[in-house]
Amino acid sequence: MTGQERSTFLGRTEGLYRRRKAFDRVMTGAMALAVVLAVIPLALILFYLLRNGIPGLSWDFFTQDPNRPGKPGGGVRNAIVGSGIIVGMALVIGVPVAIACGVFLSEYGQNRMGAFVRFLIEVMAGIPSITVGLFIYGLVVANQGHFSAFAGSLALAILLVPIVARITEEMLLLVPRSLREASYALGAPRWRTVLRIVMPTALPGIITGVMLGLSRIAGEAAPLLFTALGNQFYTTDITQPMDSLPRRIYVYATGPYDYWHEQAWAMSLVLVGIILVISLAVRALFGSRVTVRQ
Amino acid sequence: MTHLNLSPVRPSDEPLPDMLRETGGASAEFAHAAPRPMPEGTPIALSAHNVGAWYGSKKAISGISMEIAKNAVTALIGPSGCGKSTYIRCFNRMHEFAPHARVEGTILLEGADVYAPGVDPARVRQRVGMVFQKPNPFPTMSVVENVAAGLRFMGVRNRAEISDRVEEALKLAALWDEVKSDLKKPGIALSGGQQQRLCIARTIAVEPEVVLMDEPCSALDPVATLKIEDLMRGLAERYTIIIVTHNMQQAARVSDYTAFLLMAGDGAGHLVEYRSTADIFTNPHDKRTEDYITGRFG
Amino acid sequence: MAIDRLEHSQRSALGLKNRLKPGDWLFTAVTGFAAIVVLAVVAGMFLELTQQAWPALRAGGISVVWDTAWDPSHKVFGVGAFILGTLITSVFALVFATIVAVLVALFLVEIAPGWVARPVSYVVELLAAIPSVVYGLWGIFVLGVFIRDHLGPALIRYLGWVPFVDGTPLITGLFSACLILTIMILPTVMAVSRDVIAAVPRSQREGILALGATRWEMIRIAVLPYARSGVLGAAILGLARAVGETLAVTLVIGNSVQIPGNIFAPAYTMASVIANQFPEATGLHRAALIEVALILLAITFVINVVARLLVWKVTGGQRAVVQE
Repeated sequence: MTGQERSTFLGRTEGLYRRRKAFDRVMTGAMALAVVLAVIPLALILFYLLRNGIPGLSWDFFTQDPNRPGKPGGGVRNAIVGSGIIVGMALVIGVPVAIACGVFLSEYGQNRMGAFVRFLIEVMAGIPSITVGLFIYGLVVANQGHFSAFAGSLALAILLVPIVARITEEMLLLVPRSLREASYALGAPRWRTVLRIVMPTALPGIITGVMLGLSRIAGEAAPLLFTALGNQFYTTDITQPMDSLPRRIYVYATGPYDYWHEQAWAMSLVLVGIILVISLAVRALFGSRVTVRQ
Repeated sequence: MTHLNLSPVRPSDEPLPDMLRETGGASAEFAHAAPRPMPEGTPIALSAHNVGAWYGSKKAISGISMEIAKNAVTALIGPSGCGKSTYIRCFNRMHEFAPHARVEGTILLEGADVYAPGVDPARVRQRVGMVFQKPNPFPTMSVVENVAAGLRFMGVRNRAEISDRVEEALKLAALWDEVKSDLKKPGIALSGGQQQRLCIARTIAVEPEVVLMDEPCSALDPVATLKIEDLMRGLAERYTIIIVTHNMQQAARVSDYTAFLLMAGDGAGHLVEYRSTADIFTNPHDKRTEDYITGRFG
Repeated sequence: MAIDRLEHSQRSALGLKNRLKPGDWLFTAVTGFAAIVVLAVVAGMFLELTQQAWPALRAGGISVVWDTAWDPSHKVFGVGAFILGTLITSVFALVFATIVAVLVALFLVEIAPGWVARPVSYVVELLAAIPSVVYGLWGIFVLGVFIRDHLGPALIRYLGWVPFVDGTPLITGLFSACLILTIMILPTVMAVSRDVIAAVPRSQREGILALGATRWEMIRIAVLPYARSGVLGAAILGLARAVGETLAVTLVIGNSVQIPGNIFAPAYTMASVIANQFPEATGLHRAALIEVALILLAITFVINVVARLLVWKVTGGQRAVVQE
């Protein structure tokens, strides 16, 4: 075929090309539209959080415990502290298991056993949080005869493990094989290679995973309804029922009092704020490494 | 095969003006300054005038002008980092796919400016195909689907025609006999050398005018390399081939014309010498070319 | 060659049989134990819930799954209406959220320049963190009101010919739940899809571009097929979240044991009936709610099995190991 003929050939496909290009433009428009569609509701949520939440913030809001229902005023100190304790304890329980699990999958997961564990983790990730709450209710609360913050943490930890484990595995697998091989070539044993070479390389990704897990469980109320229950009063005793922010938002949102609604917005603002601050802090600490990940 | 790992010339080693001698600098009449090593009257497929390319603020190549003979193999040689790959990626406008990438100068494909306003890179790439350094077959596609991947851009949708074209492309790429019994197999199940020939088949299936090859053998073993070199000679009957290689023997074996690029003091690649392969390897005009091809470089 | 040896050592490592260094042995044991914990939790959950739900299981039998009558005062516990409610809301959310999320992810990775993509990506990640209960609060006080006053009437006016698009839009109801779920799982699906799409090697994109593809063709032919199992995984993550989503839905779905007659009618999902009724339930009622949880668990299990098989089918049983 000569160049002349080929040019004619391109000419022949001009109509096809126009259609292809037009479709390309349509899809580009669809993508841009999707961004707008996605951002609008989410921007609205932030807007209303600020608009309805800020009026409810006050010194009392952070330092007082709730009044008896129907008496305006009071605060949610018990819920803020309770959330911190319950979530913190859940991280302590869940993160080591999750990371160990992720390492197991990435290192030994290329066989049937690994496929089975991966499958279970996937199942676990899909388990509704409310059933996890009922599970712990049956396992811990019903057996002990009382609700407790510890039971709540256990439920949250179960939610945390699959999220963090999966992301850990994925991040470890993203580490270039050549890095491992270089380490093996130097005679390093497997555990050393993983701990010294693979994990540090994947660390930003793993931290992102833990953050994702944290932000997911910090806002969970469903598994706490039947485990940590809630508490009108301030407590730091993990064997006792303990209040948490999401659970109190749930109660106040459905309640009849306007000041409850105001406090629910304020608590939501605080909860979202805390989550934002944590992620910003992580980003500030590991910022350069997080952005290295393409 | 020798892998030459030569450090670039520092400014103190060579005076810069001399470096730019062959390229003629930014002459107003650059069209005449573009080196034409081919005999008078040879058809020209591509002509590049004063091409420069940047990655962000880093200039990768500077003021390179060349005319590329049609239906011939043109090799670009030079040490690593001299901008050979960047240069050919300008020919099919692939360079601009990199973040913050920029190109200046003129590239004419059969006389038409590929960087003219309103020219769609996709259109250029239909005419200027490319084979990459590492074989990159599409992993979710079978051998056949890989080769047929670009046919839909030509409006080829008829099953029989697709399989004819696939077969022809695989034969041209000297792969047909090895894969004809398992065409449904995933493309990535092939060996590295086969994968690269699959990528060549994929490229020539859409019948481009020019095929750019960016160090196509650098990830392959010597046997696979020889196969692809043999293939290239045959392909030159139908296509204009531009190959980047850091392997001088390869350039000597497969090409009709050879250009030698070198990084200059400004960190960007410049054209040092561009002549017929026989000339450049037997009788280099430039001292640096001679040093490079004789291995006495630096 | 080196890789073969590596694979071999991986295979044999689990058997713990041959000449593992003590450090490696401990390493295998510790990580393996974590895997066993996961195993125990999943198995334990089925056992525990079955045990707790046993009275209701014995009383109701299998027919509760399609029985739609739920009347605790007469000890009638049919779960059909709740299953239907869960099905409608989560499928609606899955379809619409996945379409939008994948398009957004593609926009962020393939089109937006870095200075746009990075902040937008970051915002998306943060928004994925908004708690369910906050979505619920917003759903009641903002979205629900908008549906009642504007979106609902408009839908009935223009799409009234579509089956089930009639009735009286209220603040709470099936449609509010569908919409809030779509919004809720959007960031999850989007964030995961974006990461997966960004992980598609540049060489794949260049390979198809070099054949003359437009940008959308590059996405369709090279990017999405390469990323498909990951995108499917993202959608599954979203579906799992939608099916099990409790409080946001409980707050906006209207909580009615009736089979909804139209998309604006109040309804229940399995999760929301548990959240709403469990605190006051006793005896057989309580066992029946745990039975609902067990069914929910079984459904999520099935979703995951189907999804897994799908992924295996797509990837030909091979795990997509990302090459350097």
